[in-house]
Amino acid sequence: MAAADDLKFQEFDDAANLLAANPDATTISIDEPVEIPKNQHSRLQEPGREEDDELLGTDDSDKTELLAGQKKSAPFWTFEYYQTFFDVDTYQVLDRIKGSVFPVPGKNFVRLYIRSNPDLYGPFWICATLVFTIAVSGNLSNFFIHLGKPTYHYVPEFRKVSIAATTIYAYAWLVPLALWGFLMWRNSKVMNIVCYSFLEIVCVYGYSLFIYIPTAILWIIPQKVVRWVLVVFSLCLSGSVLVMTFWPAVRDDNRRIALATVGTILLLHALLAVGCLAYFFDAPELDFPAPIIPAHNATTVTTKSH
Amino acid sequence: FPGLADVSISQDIPVEGEITVPVGSHSPDEDYSTLDEPVRDTIMRDLKAVGKKFVHVMYPRKSSALLRDWDLWGPLVLCVSLALMLQGGSADSKDDGGPQFAEVFVIIWFGAVVITLNSKLLGGTISFFQSLCVLGYCVLPLTVAMLVCRLVLLAGSGTISFIIRLIVVVAMFGWSTLASTAFLADSQPPNRKALVVYPIFLFYFVISWMILTFTPQ
Repeated sequence: MAAADDLKFQEFDDAANLLAANPDATTISIDEPVEIPKNQHSRLQEPGREEDDELLGTDDSDKTELLAGQKKSAPFWTFEYYQTFFDVDTYQVLDRIKGSVFPVPGKNFVRLYIRSNPDLYGPFWICATLVFTIAVSGNLSNFFIHLGKPTYHYVPEFRKVSIAATTIYAYAWLVPLALWGFLMWRNSKVMNIVCYSFLEIVCVYGYSLFIYIPTAILWIIPQKVVRWVLVVFSLCLSGSVLVMTFWPAVRDDNRRIALATVGTILLLHALLAVGCLAYFFDAPELDFPAPIIPAHNATTVTTKSH
Repeated sequence: FPGLADVSISQDIPVEGEITVPVGSHSPDEDYSTLDEPVRDTIMRDLKAVGKKFVHVMYPRKSSALLRDWDLWGPLVLCVSLALMLQGGSADSKDDGGPQFAEVFVIIWFGAVVITLNSKLLGGTISFFQSLCVLGYCVLPLTVAMLVCRLVLLAGSGTISFIIRLIVVVAMFGWSTLASTAFLADSQPPNRKALVVYPIFLFYFVISWMILTFTPQ
């Protein structure tokens, strides 16, 4: 070829034509980068682990890793750093809430909904709503239970709001902290597949508490059976979200430690629900006789003293 | 610069003049110093500003006066009067009674700060004190509701008075929320409006609950 022609832009023929011209030339085929890891994963995995991929969402892991690298680049003393934790739109928050209330069996909440964009909006405001819902519902339920009794004088019980706030915020922040520390420690001993960041754990816990808000409102109904059915039901739903999130993280560990971890998570969750029910909602008295007592008779209806 | 080439200052001519500059010349709206006016004028000016904002809250229009000239006098007066009116109820046992003065104060101010931080973190363009100002001023309908409730409770505390109080508090709660949303919603990114409005709703709901459950001793 002439020198001038070398400088001109040259169209390369189709690979097949070039290969036909020179059959022994080495060829390289470059596919889209996303497909190659997928193929590798599907070739290397054992059949029993297919469910793990769904649980872990490894089919999206490349996207999530790409996304993770672009976030949180501001130093922690600037306002912009904290703005990255509130980078959610309305529909995203609603989706996450829906995901926590209707857990799809086999889908990991963190991988499916959080996807490296943990937010602090959901946990904070769900906890705030839960605090006030429990306090208000407890107050209303006590009012209706004791309505009509002559010795009962309604009190707003405002001090219980601060107790509720302390309990729920401590649960929503300290338990994830402890769990995160525990997972970090185990991760250093046993190479786990998945490692959650502290904010993702806070996110899961925060959104899993959402189911308790309608539960607390329904606890106003003064029937013991109804209340306990509600406790079990909401515990199943939010507990399953937590279990499906954390089971892949501890499964590779020693069997007993894994079971103990998941068991502790569920136990603490149950303790929160039962504790709130016992403390804020008075027990409904069963079939009390109508408290019409003549004035000269000194006896009064016995009320549950607290 | 051809004209300056031959300028020179001779050593023996003293350079002298006035260093002070007359005060009133650099800004047109500072014709007079507010230090010299009578105290009555100063107070009346601030009171008029506060009163104008009260009117803006009661009849919310899309005006920027509330946002531009923010002040925290109105919220302070409203908060203190609301907290004072919430006293004197069910104080027979300190544990289970109504909110104490400090609790009402903390809830209103801490709640307003948290909501402001929330809206700023979500990308709102409103400034910190402007948002505090709006949230504080929009407590006015609820303060009016508290006043009405106390008057109704003077007449009696039966079921009818409860129904009247419920209607008044619910109406004022709606008015507060709508008023503050009308002022604050424009400064938010459009796909996050609901995320910003919900905490405001919760805030006024809690204050309404405190007002509604107020029972005199």
